[in-house]
Amino acid sequence: MEFISQPWAWYVAGPVIAFVMFLLYYFGERFGLSSNLETFCSIAGAGKFVDYFKIDWKQNSWNLVFVAGGITGGFIASQWLSPTDMVALNPQTIQDLADIGIQNAGASYLPDEIFSIETMLSVKGFFILLIAGVMVGFGARWAGGCTSGHAIVGLSNLELPSLISVIGFFIGGLIMTWFILPLIF
Amino acid sequence: MKYIKFFLVGILFGIVMSKAEIISWFRIYEMFKFQSFHMYGIIGSAVMIGMVSMLLFRKKVVKTFEGQEIHIPPKKSGLYRNLLGGILFGLGWALAGACPGPMFVLLGKGVVSILVVIFGASLGAFLYGTFKDKLPH
Repeated sequence: MEFISQPWAWYVAGPVIAFVMFLLYYFGERFGLSSNLETFCSIAGAGKFVDYFKIDWKQNSWNLVFVAGGITGGFIASQWLSPTDMVALNPQTIQDLADIGIQNAGASYLPDEIFSIETMLSVKGFFILLIAGVMVGFGARWAGGCTSGHAIVGLSNLELPSLISVIGFFIGGLIMTWFILPLIF
Repeated sequence: MKYIKFFLVGILFGIVMSKAEIISWFRIYEMFKFQSFHMYGIIGSAVMIGMVSMLLFRKKVVKTFEGQEIHIPPKKSGLYRNLLGGILFGLGWALAGACPGPMFVLLGKGVVSILVVIFGASLGAFLYGTFKDKLPH
């Protein structure tokens, strides 16, 4: 139980993720999370306005069920498998975050400066969350995949488009982390 | 009933995302600051084992549970699509600290504000579908 309740090391998590991918292919489907976003659009009726969303979304039901499992897994882990919510960050990371206006880094999984209810209900806070989401969704569908489809599946399958996409993920991530985040808070 | 296996695999996914702190905004920041090996170790080891899986699929050593061959559809190529889409995704990933998997896992953790991110991501997918033909690919 000690093994379960402490944070899992990278050499546990990486193989488990690979196993998740393996199982999805073994069960005849694939590993890709961002395509669910398009399924949501189709279910919401986007096909009435844009042909791109005129798909038989029921074919993707298995992926929605997978997502429902992911939500449930997140609930189970936080309710019963995690005695603490603290994240053991590099002390330098904590210092760097304090310098750009994010306090108590690592005291919980998420910074209050972005995710607290008060922040969400402020105009600036709401738009930060919304714009971040729009960039993730737009970018993932433009690139044809996200961290699962490109970084895990695509790189495993030695796909050049995935390598280019992952390089893009890092260019964007580095620009945000090093140059834009310091200006926001 | 045929869906229950996907639900169970999803639970495993949600637990590993939570327990390895992949759903933590701070871990993503730390990764882009090159201040921890954690995320690189996770992605790197998943890809290493993933490569072996892909080889087993390609050599037809492993088939689906129904005995069908496993084909991995190739990703769409195109420098603009992959690079520009990737950069936009990366900007959002580092700001939200969550990609499309962890977003849902955070919802299960009870993070209400992540609903705004999920709504935004769905809106982003809608905007892509709408303006697709005007974008370079």
